[in-house]
Amino acid sequence: MQFPSKKPKAVTDLKAELYSQPLQFYGQPPLENISLSEFESFAVDRLKLLKTVENLGVSYVKLSDDYKKKLDNEIKTQNFPHGAGEQTEKRRKDHISHFILRLAYCQTEDLRRWFIQQEVDLFKYRFKELECGEKLKFLHKNNLQYNTISAEEKDNLREKLATSSYTASGVKVEEQDFYKVPFQDALDLVRTRKVYLEEGYVYIPHNEIVTIVLNDFRTRLSKALALTARSLPAVHSDERLQPLLTHLSHSYLGQDYSVQKNVGKISLEQIDSLAGKSFPLCMRQLHQTLRDQHHLRHGGRMQYGLFLKGIGLSLEQALQFWRMEFIRGKVDADKFDKAYAYSIRHMFGKEGKRADYTPYSCMKVILSNPPSQGDYHGCPFRHSDPELLKQKLQSYKVSPSGVSQILELVKGMHYQLACQKYFELTHNVEDTAFSLSHPNQYFTESQKVLGGGKDVKRETDTLQRPQENSAARGLTREPAGDESQHLAEITKNLETDFQDA
Amino acid sequence: MPSSAYDPACLPDLLPLYYRRLFPFAQYYRWLNYGGVQKNYFQNREFSFTLKDDIYVRYQSFSSQSELEKEMQKMNPYKIDIGAVYSHRPNQHNTVKSGSFQALEKELVFDIDMTDYDDVRSCCSAADICSKCWTLMTIAIRILDRALRRDFGFHHLLWVYSGRRGVHCWVCDEAARKLSAAARSAVAEYLSLIKGGEETVKKVMLTDPIHPFIRESLEVVKHYFPQYALQDQNILGRKESEEKVLALVPEDILSIFNIHMAQTAKKRQYFEKEIMLQYCYPRLDVNVSKGVNHLLKSPFSVHPKTGRISVPIDLTDVDKFDPFAVPTISLICEELDRPKADEDEAKSEDTKGKENEQDSTEKRKIRDYKRTSLAKYVKYFDQFLAGMADSWKGKLLKQSDLQKEF
Repeated sequence: MQFPSKKPKAVTDLKAELYSQPLQFYGQPPLENISLSEFESFAVDRLKLLKTVENLGVSYVKLSDDYKKKLDNEIKTQNFPHGAGEQTEKRRKDHISHFILRLAYCQTEDLRRWFIQQEVDLFKYRFKELECGEKLKFLHKNNLQYNTISAEEKDNLREKLATSSYTASGVKVEEQDFYKVPFQDALDLVRTRKVYLEEGYVYIPHNEIVTIVLNDFRTRLSKALALTARSLPAVHSDERLQPLLTHLSHSYLGQDYSVQKNVGKISLEQIDSLAGKSFPLCMRQLHQTLRDQHHLRHGGRMQYGLFLKGIGLSLEQALQFWRMEFIRGKVDADKFDKAYAYSIRHMFGKEGKRADYTPYSCMKVILSNPPSQGDYHGCPFRHSDPELLKQKLQSYKVSPSGVSQILELVKGMHYQLACQKYFELTHNVEDTAFSLSHPNQYFTESQKVLGGGKDVKRETDTLQRPQENSAARGLTREPAGDESQHLAEITKNLETDFQDA
Repeated sequence: MPSSAYDPACLPDLLPLYYRRLFPFAQYYRWLNYGGVQKNYFQNREFSFTLKDDIYVRYQSFSSQSELEKEMQKMNPYKIDIGAVYSHRPNQHNTVKSGSFQALEKELVFDIDMTDYDDVRSCCSAADICSKCWTLMTIAIRILDRALRRDFGFHHLLWVYSGRRGVHCWVCDEAARKLSAAARSAVAEYLSLIKGGEETVKKVMLTDPIHPFIRESLEVVKHYFPQYALQDQNILGRKESEEKVLALVPEDILSIFNIHMAQTAKKRQYFEKEIMLQYCYPRLDVNVSKGVNHLLKSPFSVHPKTGRISVPIDLTDVDKFDPFAVPTISLICEELDRPKADEDEAKSEDTKGKENEQDSTEKRKIRDYKRTSLAKYVKYFDQFLAGMADSWKGKLLKQSDLQKEF
């Protein structure tokens, strides 16, 4: 239902007041009525924006010039608040779209984590783009009152303050206010040691206050999503919204390889040769280490074990595979059955809380659980010494020019592109037809190339059909025939929008 | 002493004795109850036991000290782990609606394991340790203890020998117990300087300016480095280890013909410090510290392979701590059987006649561990608990004030 054309003055004022600030914490949900088409288009646009935020975050250093330029571009393209000038409508869109996506992304831990991460990154970018005065206004409006330290205290700590943050050199300490904040409120600064910490308090220069704000934003959003999840059943009972919301949350994941379609099609004897031909470098490395040392630590077992599940190994095969290898090492059969077998069954969802764990995506391998002494997991392009990586590539018969191309990409932190280049060189293809985001995707694509383009149905196709059915079913009661068709169009387009190019 | 030499096969006989007469249940309960400030704190704590034949049981919980004692004496666990304090009694977790059973609080813990230093020690490898490489643990304790107290403001730290090749730290402050997983991970990363797995040669990178935390840590390392690295480990005395050290030195410093030396020298000015840190700085497993529900070996637990008791380490004497002097379960059981040193004590006990049965059993128990090498460690644990008790008293007073109890 739309607003009546003659808007009373009070409502216009309210809207202007609500959207007078360039940035908000999304504390209050929107209270107006909107049309279904606005509902869809707002949500889709924001999702495109968040997906861009995600991709840029992996390919570029966050907040570098390239990153900012491209993100800026996308914000403009999707018609979100940007720069100076009249922004009320765009801010309204920003507000509403955020809350719609909350509905779509509150259901599972994975979805929530993804949504929060992208929203925090987007917020960070927008906050940093604010002018100094606007930043202060934002802090005060949102009740982030932290205490500044006295000039005397600052003087005592001057040298320590100067050496703990590269934005505060000796000179600047005098010029800036420093805030004393409990360390629990500034975890990102503590984690990266970018701040002086004493007796449980961090001393933050004014211009670093953004990290605190981000922490606060993240915490609030996390709590809000938990609350939203509880009211989800009520939302889902609305047949107009349910298909769209479900579609939105599936689109981001694309292919997650949680449903194994080829269980049992791979035999254990094939694994050695497959490792050389079709495994991405990270898995090839893990496989090699396992064969050499007859052992892998926990991180390696998880990363490799789930990958094997994704390519189609059954639980029985997996147990046999790991057992065979570990027994060759220092582990006797009994110990294996007691200790390691449990964790393999856990991976397949047969123990504990019986969650069926999904194989790790590239993002997860690159960003979480970095390897330490004695570990062989992680992404070789990200975690290996360039010299050692070079040697390894050479030993795998990659040409010298290929090696330098890969190393260039690694230097620029384009780890997935480096892996794609590795794919191209080892498979002798000019250009990969896909954008690499998952080790199992590498495997599937490799098998396609080697098998001469066998018919591998894309997961998205099978996902699309049931969605269309439910969309059609859900809309039979829709009064406006146009709208139902429109909705079906949009949901179909979503798939093409989010298929990896 | 051949009779106190530890033999794992004797565990089934030694454990019952240990749990009946030596394990300091009173102090243990006093610790985990934390003054009774929070209701059901002890009752909702998860314990896990490893029993004979590697049978592992989780979600054990107890409603009182005496129930804990009875169960442990019944099961005679080979290993004991302590987990988190949950929202409900762990031994009833199956009756709770799925999703409601949550880990709420736990001490902040750190695990330093000698095998993580294999690439930088030449004297031993894997599970072996010796007096030469034990210095690494001393360095780790000093650096982390300082940082946790001075930087993070924690006060109640319990350092425990793991029983074989490492040390654990239990940070028991209330603020520490309430930390989220994200906060724990942030603390662990703040304390981490060694980054990289097997495929990384150079594991420490320092940049300008050097953070006060790194500077303080370097002071500790410098104190031990000459004796430890140059003498005990002899890192420059043997060709292979000398080459390893040289591999960490940037090429342009080595090669005097490199034209760009002047340009890059400023960036590489820290390589000396980086080398010292790579050889000595503590390596902790972030995953152990991250999880609120992570289970860690309990103090006073026995290590089945070595027989050593996981005893608390007295920090005032940390340089002198000798892991090979830590009592084994066979030693202390043997010490129990020795005749009492103080005959008068025995006489006075007899002449007192039939006292309260429970009272004398308690007294006997107290005297039991005091006759063994375990005594000094329990005493130190007592001191640690006394230190914490003040904070509990304060809290209880506040609570009763709020409820207007007098």
